[in-house]
Amino acid sequence: MRLLSTKATCNSHGQDSEYFLGWQEYEKNPYDEVLNPKGIIQMGLAENQLSFDLLESWLAKNPDVAGFKSDGKSIFRELALFQDYHGLPSFKKALVDFMAEIRGNKATFDPNHIVLTAGATSANETLMFCLAEQGEAFLLPTPYYPGFDRDLKWRTGVEIVSIQCTSSNNFQITEPALQQAYQDAKKRNLRVKGVLVTNPSNPLGTTMSRSELNLLIDFIKDKDMHLISDEIYSGTVYNSPGFVSVMEILNERSDLNDCGTGASVWDRVHVVYSLSKDLGLPGFRVGAIYSENDVVVSAATKMSSFGLVSSQTQYLLSAMLGDKKFTKNYISENQKRLKRRQRNLASGLHKAGISCLKTSNAGLFCWVDMRHLLHSNTFEAEMELWKKILYEVRLNISPGSSCHCTEPGWFRMCFANMSEDTLNLAMKRLNTFVQESNHHGCTKKRVQSSASSRRKSLSNWVFRLSSRDHRDQEER
Amino acid sequence: MALNQTQLLSKMVIGDGHGESSPYFDGWKAYDENPFHPTHNPNGVIQMGLAENQLTSDLVEDWILRNPEASICTPEGIYDFRAIANFQDYHGLPEFRNAVAKFMARTRGNRVTFDPDRIVMSGGATGAHEVTTFCLADPGDAFLVPIPYYPGFDRDLRWRTGVQLIPVMCDSSNNFKLTKQALEEAYKKGKEDNTRVKGLLITNPSNPLGTVMDRNTLRMVVSFINEKRIHLVCDEIYAATVFSHPGFISIAEILEEDTDIEGDRNLVHIVYSLSKDMGFPGFRVGIIYSYNDAVVHCARKMSSFGLVSTQTQHLLASMLNDDEFVERFLAESAKRVGQRFRVFTGGLAKLGIKCLQSNAGLFVWMDLRHLVKKPTLESEMELWKVIIHEVKINVSPGSSFHCTEPGWFRVCYANMDDMAVQIALQRIRTFVVQNKDVMVPNKKHCWHSNLRLSLKTRRFDEVMMSPHSPIPQSPLVKATI
Repeated sequence: MRLLSTKATCNSHGQDSEYFLGWQEYEKNPYDEVLNPKGIIQMGLAENQLSFDLLESWLAKNPDVAGFKSDGKSIFRELALFQDYHGLPSFKKALVDFMAEIRGNKATFDPNHIVLTAGATSANETLMFCLAEQGEAFLLPTPYYPGFDRDLKWRTGVEIVSIQCTSSNNFQITEPALQQAYQDAKKRNLRVKGVLVTNPSNPLGTTMSRSELNLLIDFIKDKDMHLISDEIYSGTVYNSPGFVSVMEILNERSDLNDCGTGASVWDRVHVVYSLSKDLGLPGFRVGAIYSENDVVVSAATKMSSFGLVSSQTQYLLSAMLGDKKFTKNYISENQKRLKRRQRNLASGLHKAGISCLKTSNAGLFCWVDMRHLLHSNTFEAEMELWKKILYEVRLNISPGSSCHCTEPGWFRMCFANMSEDTLNLAMKRLNTFVQESNHHGCTKKRVQSSASSRRKSLSNWVFRLSSRDHRDQEER
Repeated sequence: MALNQTQLLSKMVIGDGHGESSPYFDGWKAYDENPFHPTHNPNGVIQMGLAENQLTSDLVEDWILRNPEASICTPEGIYDFRAIANFQDYHGLPEFRNAVAKFMARTRGNRVTFDPDRIVMSGGATGAHEVTTFCLADPGDAFLVPIPYYPGFDRDLRWRTGVQLIPVMCDSSNNFKLTKQALEEAYKKGKEDNTRVKGLLITNPSNPLGTVMDRNTLRMVVSFINEKRIHLVCDEIYAATVFSHPGFISIAEILEEDTDIEGDRNLVHIVYSLSKDMGFPGFRVGIIYSYNDAVVHCARKMSSFGLVSTQTQHLLASMLNDDEFVERFLAESAKRVGQRFRVFTGGLAKLGIKCLQSNAGLFVWMDLRHLVKKPTLESEMELWKVIIHEVKINVSPGSSFHCTEPGWFRVCYANMDDMAVQIALQRIRTFVVQNKDVMVPNKKHCWHSNLRLSLKTRRFDEVMMSPHSPIPQSPLVKATI
């Protein structure tokens, strides 16, 4: 008899993916300005390290919170004992107010409809347990966050079917793509329970347009399914057109007020949130599910027992987010810093002849177009390029294939998890690499190599100078 | 196509696998509606159904005040704020794992050591049990669990995992000791039902019994699981609540010392938590300690779904690394739990109420079999309602722990102050004296019509949505910050 469970022995946790190889290499040789200036710079981690000083200065001004005190009275004991899965009411109130503020108060949230979870990781898994059975599926637009393969599928047994998005329209979701995904699921005998989108998108770094959101609502309304909107990056939008939450669209649509005999669309739209990206606090494990569906809220609340938020953390954040002056300033200052940083990255890339997705306006990363640097329009070539960037340029970035992108040559590069100097160094290294590749391409003849004598050389980067005729592909 | 909620949502949501229909939680509702308070509501229901350790929070609070650098929010500790807030590695802070390993060893009298690399975090012991089950068993597989057992296991081990529980019969004839015969019978039942038994879960010290397992029983258990080649999960969440002889023996000690037993360490896993021993369930510190590398790796990946907040990890790393504090805390905690136990059981003994002989836990297993009209579940429920509504104490009926002998009740004593204990004893005394001849309701008294609870309805209401958490209302719920 097999000793462990199927879940323990399969690799649905997704960690054998190459996405994680880059992190392993980084761990072995991490960049440090002083101790290891030639090390690998981590650009594969979507963290927000730009605004800690704002949090620290708030803490300095609010000593009571640090001492587990409220109005000078110690509440340590009550906090230590507080394990109510409904969560600290003051924290939930502060959290929903914060969420509303990020949305310019164009959508508001009822604290009784929010469920606290151990990070968005747990929120997404919990929603799967609530909305789908083993063997059913959710549709996700590609490219998507690699962690979904674990969070949505591993322990739940739910499947993901891709909605193919392409660069032809900046990876926006289209109706034909949605329908195609639905048909693909049908062919695989999978019952589709809903669509899950990340808005703003990871890895694209873009906000969803109103028309995309309306398209999604129409689709789920017609097909009687759920829509999960992971809005974890909602506070990181730094450029127009600005963030539009799915909740805002729901509010605007008058056709949804007629419930009919079926479950209203309001009962089938759920938002996931977290403080890991907007506030830069991934260590605190603060996630949330928001739903107008009482049954989902009730079940998810019970399930949150498996991953409650530490009461100590709830208390700290209820005070912090309850300070409206602080949150107003934080949201706007954080966005300013992200904008500045993204511009640095974009201009650094531009110097190297590389462009970001032109609709980039959110997130802690850019979706970068390196298709012209591939020696062939294949994922093998993408992996080759990625490894070169990892080992020679010494940057860990995320290859598009790890995000299930259907077009080779796209990479996600993070810009908010390092100092400005480090980012500048990263851009310098990349620029040097690209210049050297071009130089080699100029002086070397086109390499005619047979399969046996083929070696990976920079001469393959002739692509840059020749027209894009994929002649190199014949050499493979 | 019109959809109702049943088609829209998963079976997991529609069913009652969450286990909250159990009477274990019903008594709390009575408390919620009428909670005892010494000045505001002296006639309210006293909560004795919650196994919390409130006896030592002053020690912890004192330590926190004297060690401001342990908090990342104080001027002394703020330097660490960003590194800690940013740290989401599921291995956990190394200093936290080291501190927990040291603490676990200390609570076992340093008779064994624990490897920090085998420590995996989880969302409380609740999360730890679920993750362990996900790692060891597939849907449809089963775990053997000796009865009586903690009602939460029905949810933690079964709800989302699809795993079943097979009870191992224990009864008062031998003080509920676990026997080989009972284990064999339960295992056989699994086989007869064509169910694959993947493991045995024991809680030592026991909830609800408050007893520790002796060496021979532990040895027998290790032999049994090796013979059957099934896993052994030991929930040692009450390890540091042992206050007197015969003392606590951890499964880790059997593995280390009893090398004469032929065994495979890969089958042994410990679930632990700081919720009971340290008295801070709100901080959600659960631990899985496995001797099986593959389980450690898998559980660690799964811990992404319930990591411990780094703010909490950092605080506790500091606290548990303070050797002097830990030694003093453990000694004082055991002393206070023991004292409280003696006061409570002494008071009960004077009234002719016996409890199972115990030396651990935050509760007693009270024997009220002589007070039930008939040895039936219904009679136990009737008596329980009387205790809640007449005596005004919330206790947990044995049936909610799957006990097959009606009349046993778990009564918690460590979640209140000395005065509340005296009041509880006084109420019991009054009741015993007043109702010597009329201990159970008869038709004349019409209990049912006075009841605010309707047990039947709640038990069979499949789509019940409890308006309250099973946890009683904390003052923080009413507080505004």
